[in-house]
Amino acid sequence: MKLFLVALCAGVLATNAVAQPSTADAIAKYREMIAEGNPAELYEAKGESIWKKADGPKNASLEKCDLGLGAGVVKGAYAQMPRYFADTDRVQDVESRLMTCMETLQGFNAAEIAKTPFRRGKKGDLEAVATYIAGLSKGMPVNVVPKHPKEKEIMELGRRAFFMQGGPYDFSCATCHGAEDQRIRLQDLPNITTAEGASKGWTTWPAYRVGNGQMWPMQHRLNDCYRQQRWPEPIYGSEVTVALSYFMANLSNGATMATPGIKR
Amino acid sequence: MMMKTTTMLLAGLLAGCAMPAANDAKMDARFDAMLKTSFEAKGIATLDRLQQDETQKLCSDPVQAVSKEAAPMRAKLEKKNLETVKWPSNGKYLGDWKEGEKIAQSGRGMTWSDKADAANGGNCYNCHMIDKAEISFGTIGPSLWNYGKLRGVTDPTSAAAQPVVQYTWGKIWNAKAYNACSNMPRAGHMGILNESQIQDVMALLLDPKSPVNQ
Repeated sequence: MKLFLVALCAGVLATNAVAQPSTADAIAKYREMIAEGNPAELYEAKGESIWKKADGPKNASLEKCDLGLGAGVVKGAYAQMPRYFADTDRVQDVESRLMTCMETLQGFNAAEIAKTPFRRGKKGDLEAVATYIAGLSKGMPVNVVPKHPKEKEIMELGRRAFFMQGGPYDFSCATCHGAEDQRIRLQDLPNITTAEGASKGWTTWPAYRVGNGQMWPMQHRLNDCYRQQRWPEPIYGSEVTVALSYFMANLSNGATMATPGIKR
Repeated sequence: MMMKTTTMLLAGLLAGCAMPAANDAKMDARFDAMLKTSFEAKGIATLDRLQQDETQKLCSDPVQAVSKEAAPMRAKLEKKNLETVKWPSNGKYLGDWKEGEKIAQSGRGMTWSDKADAANGGNCYNCHMIDKAEISFGTIGPSLWNYGKLRGVTDPTSAAAQPVVQYTWGKIWNAKAYNACSNMPRAGHMGILNESQIQDVMALLLDPKSPVNQ
């Protein structure tokens, strides 16, 4: 069972000449089975109730939060993020946008939320809300194309960040995600430099991870990538994380959102 | 042992579609500013890890890295990396393949969740097939199954075996000495593995008694 789970790759089952087909088939069947009852649904339900509940020093809900389609519009919003927001004058992904809304609407301190460990306290709440929001874009096409100058800029920043080598292992994102049909151990790696590969990643997070029973939005996923790259820690919601998300979302443009996902 | 250049080729195709000129100084400054505000030190993973050396700089530009114009630069960097290789102080290239197998299996070390005093692994199986008995292996690097046997190494101490033995040591110590933008980490140069660990990994690959060469 352990090997089975190890083999179960992150939303990607690219045909691989070296992979044992019987294992891959079994994994595909397993994923189909668990997708029927993705525990992410619990987080979506939790996120919806947090979205609607009055909370914080200002005792307000998040229902007036503008995710880019107008105050309170959730359906389809995730598929069009990250995007430029005039009120903050920057490009934001869903998680950095929610920090803004929790601060401005509810009176929470965004910097404190950023510092809170994953899955705890208000960050845990935020992650559930992000899962709820992502779920309401399921089946919709990604629509992330740079128009605003800051969107054009962040796309280029994201591209550079993707290829930047650093740390004691000389790793960049491209080291693992820059070519077709590659694996780390038994785990297939999407080639994020292509539309197909980028969308395999982008359209399936937030995801429930069966192996550790945790719900991970994209910020947590990127954080763990950088840990394994032997880099210092990316700050939650920081520009590099939004830039990388923008890069992946733009390359995935037109692909269908399959959120929330389920992974090994 | 040359790493795939297809990575870079694909990347190059993609980058060709990107908008601003790659060498835009304003964008360079903007990128540096982004890095400064986006990362913080955690555990042993300190911010100086974002300071790139020349090799990392060149290889971070997927177009430039494989360009014809950069060929002299690549050669220069390979020479510089080769000069960093520390040859075994006791003249002994091969240690114990059993220890080498353990090191090759371990993917630990140097993340912010690792302790400073913990022994680092070699991460070898993450990217390479090595002993065929281990079916959980990665494919970013080439297969190393029968590494010594395929290269005709029957006695690693013989004069005939020296070119292969020395190349392998150099490749593990500093992979960029032979291919400036190889995906393989520089195990010795970056302090990932120490001399005795590299001797053990060498034995795994080159000892005629190692399971790799059966």
